[in-house]
Amino acid sequence: MVLARLLDEKMASLYRGGKIHGGVFLGRGQEALSVSVGLSLRKGDVFAPLIRDGAGRLAFGEPILDAVRTYLGSSLGPMRGRDGNVHRGQPRRGLLPMISHLGAMISVVNGVLMARRFKKMSGDVGAACIGDGGTSTGAFHEALNQAAVEKLPLVLVVANNQFAYSTPNERQFACANLADKAAGYGVAAHEVDGTDLQACLQIVGRAVALARQGGGPQLVVAQLLRLCGHGEHDDAHYIDARLKASPLGRDCVQAAEERMWREGWADKETTRRWRQEAAQLLEETVAKVQKEPAPDPYREDWRPLASRHLIERFETYPVLETL
Amino acid sequence: MSITYLEAICAAQARALAEDPRVFIYGQDVGAFGGAFKATKNLAKEFPGRVLDAPISEDAMVGAAIGAAMEGMRPIIEMQFADFSTTGLNQIVNQAATLFWRTQVPCPITIRLPAGGTPGGGPFHSQSLEAIYAHYPGLIVMTPATAEDAYSMLLEAVAIDDPVIFCEHKYLYYHCKAEGLPTEAMPVGKARIDRAGRDLTIVAYSAMVQDSRAAAEELAGEGVEIEVVDLRSIKPLDTDTVVASVARTGRLLCVGEAWPWGGVTAEVIARVATEGFGLLDAPPQRLNSKDTPIPYHPNLWTAHRPTVRSIAAAARNLLRM
Repeated sequence: MVLARLLDEKMASLYRGGKIHGGVFLGRGQEALSVSVGLSLRKGDVFAPLIRDGAGRLAFGEPILDAVRTYLGSSLGPMRGRDGNVHRGQPRRGLLPMISHLGAMISVVNGVLMARRFKKMSGDVGAACIGDGGTSTGAFHEALNQAAVEKLPLVLVVANNQFAYSTPNERQFACANLADKAAGYGVAAHEVDGTDLQACLQIVGRAVALARQGGGPQLVVAQLLRLCGHGEHDDAHYIDARLKASPLGRDCVQAAEERMWREGWADKETTRRWRQEAAQLLEETVAKVQKEPAPDPYREDWRPLASRHLIERFETYPVLETL
Repeated sequence: MSITYLEAICAAQARALAEDPRVFIYGQDVGAFGGAFKATKNLAKEFPGRVLDAPISEDAMVGAAIGAAMEGMRPIIEMQFADFSTTGLNQIVNQAATLFWRTQVPCPITIRLPAGGTPGGGPFHSQSLEAIYAHYPGLIVMTPATAEDAYSMLLEAVAIDDPVIFCEHKYLYYHCKAEGLPTEAMPVGKARIDRAGRDLTIVAYSAMVQDSRAAAEELAGEGVEIEVVDLRSIKPLDTDTVVASVARTGRLLCVGEAWPWGGVTAEVIARVATEGFGLLDAPPQRLNSKDTPIPYHPNLWTAHRPTVRSIAAAARNLLRM
């Protein structure tokens, strides 16, 4: 969580310094929920994170290099400058690279789980993360229904951060609680305070365990507040100060740290050292990536197909002539 | 023993299922019912657990196919009608088409689109959407015109490591036959000279090959020899074979059942104009359906799309230029 928070802050600072092409999207306020998903999964599971899941990605095992390289557009990163920021992943390692269209990754996780079933592999879980806004898409509906029909071990985690970009919950859905939707699909529902790390670990962990045991799809809905704009270009002026001062606006990282001090699990010196170590790792990673080569349009392989023999020459020549 | 285009598609799927354990079929009513057109007849019984009925969720059908393909499977998705594939468009063009380019992980899925018009089909059961899919980088688009090609190209579609949009024409299902299943085939990406000629080239694909051939036979009675080029796949598009044909004839007519705007016929003419302008003895022409939704009543429908008569008329017109 600390590393994810500091990574976000570093990327935001690079963004303000004009060092990042495109946007920067933070997970500030969602780390407790996100990290719980990553920690509840194990090797062999599949994870489709969304834009505010930096913590979950790290916990699932995504190297921090992948994040920094993708944000900075390094040609050595998993996306090699072809895609940026949060649109990264390593499908071969169970980490699916999100596309921007909300809800679209859920059925892809379903497909991975269906393939595992075809291959007689059991015991693996698939997790997909989404926000309150994403629950309004047709893709969300189709995929959750599909998972229920196929009785797949899918854990769908909804971070209700109260706003989809600037649109508040009351303009997004009309049910009393997003968890109520689960009954309509015939899937189990779990609710959790997304600002409370221990509660998130417990509830998400339980949902993952139930899915693993053959309990079918699980819908987890967490209440929390996005403690930042939609992206770093957005000052989030539309978020009411009263909401920020409410329990929803509690900073989950700070709350977890205070809890550890209170319980005597870690003292202030220890948590300070964690921050320091995380900050150092980040500085080293960013320094390393900044020296890496940017993609070269002259050396880029502009062929969009795996079937090399089916590439049309028409698809490859124009770039050489226009550059 | 003769075999229809539809039976060839069913046979190709049976063979793919039998030979490759990675193959499964997923689509609405494809299971015990055998599919709306019976293209998966008996397959659920023959291959238990591998031919699955899907909910009416085109987006989730394609999404699941993509996830399964990432895991090494070779899914075949049946859209009940090509027209309904637009509700799965996002997954096809944004997820499947971009996956390899973004991640180097191939996406070997085959999406079968029962396409094209039949009398009484109306606006939402008649569409030819190949141009939309060809527009997006990362997709292969096949448009077989013969039962032999329907069989061999579908097998190749399943074997290809990229997403394939397989446009199978509903009229050809029953009205196109082969003497038997082919044992060899031209490679995908190569166009075929369906009928040799020296006076004019007609470039067509899917059901329009049959109609263009009939128009050519009609004009043969008038002493005109028309060459018919069957594109077979529209992406990749075999420009070389088309340009070579135009070099022989000097005249080009492109025929497509789809709407005209920015479509396959426009693309073919653009390529010939760019690469073979000097070969043309007359302005290249094209014949498409009218630029309206597809009408229901057969009287309107036959006037809406190219027919043997209108193709022959367009050819005569071009020969006078």
